[in-house]
This record gives sequence, C-alpha cells and structure tokens, in this order.
Amino acid sequence: MSRRVALEASFAAAEAAKMADVDVISAYPITPQTHVPERLAEMVADGELNAAYIPVESEHSAMSACLGAAAVGARTFTTTAGQGLELMHEAVYVASSMRYPIVMVICNRALSAPLSVWGDHSDAMAVRDTGWIQVFCENNQEAFDMTLWAFRVGEDPKVLFPVMVHFDGFTLSHVTEPVILPEQSEVDKFLPKFRYLFALNPDRPMTHGAFGPPEIYSETKIAQEVAFRKSKEVILQGWKEFEDIFGRSYHPVEQYKTEGAKTLLLTMGSYSETAKIAIDKKRDNGESTGLISLRLWRPFPFEEFRQVVKDVETLIVFDRCISSGMGGPVFSEVRSALYGEEKRPKVVSIIGGLGGRDVSEKDFGYIIDRGREIAEKGSDKMLDIVGIRGEMVDIRG
Amino acid sequence: MEQKTIKFGKNLVSTKECLAEGHNFCTGCGEALAIKLACKALGENVIIAMATGCDEVCTTPLPYTSWRVPWMHTLFENAAAEISGIEAGLKILMKKGRMSEKDIKCVAMAGDGGTSDIGIQALSGAFERGHNFLYICWDNEAYMNTGIQRSSATPYGASTTTAPAGKVSIGQTTWKKNMVAIAAAHDIPYAATACPSYPFDLMNKVKKGAEVKGPAYVHILSPCPTGWRYPSDMTIEIGRLAVETGIFPLYEVEDGRYKLNIDRPKLKPVEEYLKLQGRYRHLLDEEINKIQERVSEEYSKLKAKVVASAA
Repeated sequence: MSRRVALEASFAAAEAAKMADVDVISAYPITPQTHVPERLAEMVADGELNAAYIPVESEHSAMSACLGAAAVGARTFTTTAGQGLELMHEAVYVASSMRYPIVMVICNRALSAPLSVWGDHSDAMAVRDTGWIQVFCENNQEAFDMTLWAFRVGEDPKVLFPVMVHFDGFTLSHVTEPVILPEQSEVDKFLPKFRYLFALNPDRPMTHGAFGPPEIYSETKIAQEVAFRKSKEVILQGWKEFEDIFGRSYHPVEQYKTEGAKTLLLTMGSYSETAKIAIDKKRDNGESTGLISLRLWRPFPFEEFRQVVKDVETLIVFDRCISSGMGGPVFSEVRSALYGEEKRPKVVSIIGGLGGRDVSEKDFGYIIDRGREIAEKGSDKMLDIVGIRGEMVDIRG
Repeated sequence: MEQKTIKFGKNLVSTKECLAEGHNFCTGCGEALAIKLACKALGENVIIAMATGCDEVCTTPLPYTSWRVPWMHTLFENAAAEISGIEAGLKILMKKGRMSEKDIKCVAMAGDGGTSDIGIQALSGAFERGHNFLYICWDNEAYMNTGIQRSSATPYGASTTTAPAGKVSIGQTTWKKNMVAIAAAHDIPYAATACPSYPFDLMNKVKKGAEVKGPAYVHILSPCPTGWRYPSDMTIEIGRLAVETGIFPLYEVEDGRYKLNIDRPKLKPVEEYLKLQGRYRHLLDEEINKIQERVSEEYSKLKAKVVASAA
C-alpha cells in the first residue's frame, strides 16, 4: 500500500533517491538545498539507505565525484542551488557530454549579487545550454515523482543523459505538503537496476573523456544533440509507465483550463499553482483565460508547445529571471519557438518573483490584465516587472 | 600476450606497457617516462583519473587512446574529486554485490598546475575524507601544455612565459610551493617524492602509494626539455642533478616519519644543475648564490625532520 505522508519537497526528493536505491550521493550544502543532503545523510547513517555518501568540499567537486562514480556504473545523485550550480557549471556540461545519467535536484535560488538565498529561476536559466534533461515541479508530490522518473529516463540505454529536477527554493523545498509515497515493489517495477554498459573496469579497459580535435569535435557534438533530442521519446514513455504504475500523469506542457482560452499564461515551477487560483477567478468572471506550465524545459517540447498555443490570441510569459540586456529568457525562447509558425499568438513578457519576492494570486490577476493590455496596445516599458515596490518602475528604453 | 617479468633486486617489473606506443609526448619528455614507469608499478588492476594537461592531451586525441588500462579525464582541477567518486562507487558496488570483489587501485594524476594551483582544493578535500587512492603529481614546474606559463611549482629564478626574465626581473620571484609538505600536513599515511632518473625508486614509491590503505601522494619531478630548455637527450642527467644538488631530494613521509632515500654526503653545487637549462640562463652569480643558500637551508631542514623521525 502506498502511504500518504507530510513531507517537504526536499524530503520528498530524498525519499525518491532512497527508493531508487541510489549508490553514490555526493553533495555540498547550500541554502535552500540543505534538507536534501541532510535527509540522505541521515538515511545512510541509520542504515536505511545502502549508499556511499561523499561529503565533498565544494559543488565543483560534488559534480566531479558524481562523474567518477557514474563512470564506474554507480547510480549517482547530487543536489544543489543557486551559487552552487554556478560553481559546478563546467562540470555540469561534462556530465551530459560524457553521457553520465546523474540525477541532480536543484532547489532554485537567485544568483549573487546582492547575495540572495531565496528563490527564482536565474540558476536554472544559467544552465539551459548544458545538455541536461530538465524538468520543473509545481509541488512536493512532483518533487518525488520527477526525481524517481529522472533515474528511469536518464539511465535508459537509449538516453544516457543526466537529468535535472528543478523545484523552487523555500516555496517548495521548505514547505510541508501531503505526498503519496509508493510501495518499494512498485518502484522496483518502474525503475530497473542500473546496468551501465560502458563502466570503467580493469576487466575491459576503456578510455572516457578523450579530447576532441577540430576534425572530430563537431561530429561528437552533433551525435550528442541527435541523441538528446531523441531522448524525448523515452521521456514520454517514462511518464506513460509512471502513470500506469502510480496513476499520476505528466506531460511536457501541463495545461489548466486551456479549452477555448484566448489568453494563456505561461509559468514554470511552484508559482503555477498560485497562478491557477487567478485563472479560476478570471474564468468565474467569464474571461477566456487558461494556464500552461512548462514541465519539460530541455529538450524543449516544440511540438507539444506549438500545439497547445496555436489557437490562442495572447500568450503571456512569466519569467523569474532576467537575461541581462535581453529580457525574460523563457519569453525569448518560446517566442523564438513560435516565430516560424503561420498561426501564432502575440507573445508578451512579464517578469517577477525575483530573489524570493512573492507573487500572489492577485499579482497573477494583474499579470494577465497587463499582459492583455500589452498585447493590444504594446508596452512603453523597457521591461514589465510585477510586484516591485510602489508603482511598476517605468524605465524607458 | 605472454607476460614476462624482469628481475631487479626484490622487484619484479612487468614488461607490459600500459601506456601504449604512439603517444604524442615530446622527445625526451621526463613525464612520459615517469608515467610509463608508474604504470609498470601499478599493474593492470587500476582505474586512472587524469586531469587536463600534457599527459592527457598527448595520450588521447579522439578517436585514439594510448591507455591499455581504464582511464578517464574530465576537467583540469577535479582529478582528486573524480577519483573520490570512482573509489566510493567501486566500494559500494562491491558491497552491494553488483560488482565482483577485487582490489582495484584508484589513481589520480595531474600536473603541477593541476595539483598545486587549480586542483589543490579538490586534492585537500579528498585527502581529508580519507579515500583509498593514490595521487601522482607530474611536476614539470610550469604550465607546459599551454606554453610554459608559471605555476606555484615554478622554481625561483626560472624564466617562463608569464614570469619572463627581463631587464628588471629575474623571472619567477617566489619559491616553489612545497606540495609534499602540504600533502603530509593532512596526516595521510604516505607521501613521497620521486624522479624518473631513479626508476626503481619511483616504481617502489608508486607501488607503495597504491598499496597503502588511505590516501597517498607521490610528487614526481618530470624534467621537460621543451620548457626548461635543454637538449632532449639530457632528461635523465638533469633529473639526477636535481637530486644530487639537493634541489629535489628523494624522500618519503610514512605515517609522519621522514626518510631520505638518497642522501649524499656532499651535495653538488646548484650551479651544475642550473647552468644546463635555458630557463636559468639569465641568472647572475648573486641569484645563483641565493638559490644555493635556500637549497642548503631547505635540505638541512629536511634532514632535521629525518633525524627527528628516527628519534
């Protein structure tokens, strides 16, 4: 029997890693991620989890130790946030290029300076191009589900890519919600033992990580890109299998009240749930508004996304990050994804929720109104930012 | 392939080359020789994690590899962290019965830059955590792979491309970082210096380092004809002079006890070593004397540690 228990997202992710019978955990503490490695260390200390826990001296070493552990065929897990993800940045690229299916939980956090331990999506956006499969979670159940699913998909011999599971720092990492934990037998049915075909072993010497001269580098990168895009088949299959066993269904683009909607709001992560309340109110008022939440961020779900927005008039993209000198990164990407389409909505950018700033249900109401206004009349602002002190700053370009 | 062994004293040396022919090291490379010797000492039951550097670049241009043993490379500063993961991974997989039990030596290798500069944090962390691994530093006293830039292991007075000798500079103005002392300060069971000019001493130390339980560190002076600017047939002689002048003494620190492996009653003057190398060509007597004083002093300090250990 599955159990319904009260867990923080951090603990839910740790439970998932435990039920996945992870072999090696290598992590360095950073707020707001700390509860994940703490809980895992506790499980190892209590003998609940038979794993090697490497308390490394930095995030760079956390990922580097994961590379080594994965290379010998261990199921490998790490977790970080914000600055930690930035410190390990170069090793993050290596994990995907060397096709090590490491699973990493990110408790999303803003980037310095000024120092902020609170949540936004700047850390996630800074690793957009690293070649990891990346998904966002809206709640603690998803933190469990996505972490478990990440092992299934990443380790599939047709995939062999690392997977990053994003959930919002504090908003989810430190908030307790009911979470359904499955039976171990169900997990074992879903997630086979990790058998890595290319494990380093003296019985069968292999070279991992030779360097790429110009005559071969391009070919290796193209091969990687083809494999990465193809991983979507297994991503979808993984969610299908997950639904068959656990009964919860997941999609690359999650939809809420999108039927017949003229205006769609696009969010990622936990704020999607807050936005849903605003959508309910708009619907109650007879406004034709819905919500889409991007679950799969990489590989980008072009088809599903285009399909969902094709009949929509206005798409309002809510970004929790500023790509300096450019604007909202998610906005830039989704607008680009639609550029070649004959039928496409007007795409509007609104930024907010930076460095842990709350965005309330009322704010989302405003975002939708303001988004529609921009779509109609255009904006005279350099950036539309919601929820900052006083009137919205009017920075003319 | 039938395995033959040659006998030298108590040592049995394999004729099998784990570093295959056809690599791209420079002629007369001291590091290539040191690696070849170290591999003989390590045998085939080994996994190597190598940092970016000459050794990595000269052995693995895709799609080729010179490695007949399992080998991995990812980045410059992380060999010690990577070997931590390898060691922990092997241990837990064996414990869980997912891999057959065997004694696989975990060995990290990096140059002096990858060790004493950019990789020192990862190395210190791995020492402190007590992984069962051997770390070998190939010390050619500068960033040779990128073109002879100074590192913290570059000796005083040497001219490099980022600390060049000039009208108002003698080149490197700092004394070489003492990595063995730093390693030993972690209270690891074994730390040692070696040089390919003394092949059996080198192999013994590598073997010992690999067999000791816990972290071990072997710091290998690897003369570099390209960077040190001497004819490529003089590598062995240069290495020998580094030892005979006391510039690079061969010693071990075993469980905190210092032991000199070669102790000459009288050291040769440092000038004999310096004058053979283009990197020191600009040095005047005054600077050479300064180096001599420092070397004599450091050597005395080392001997004092040896005496104290024996007491």
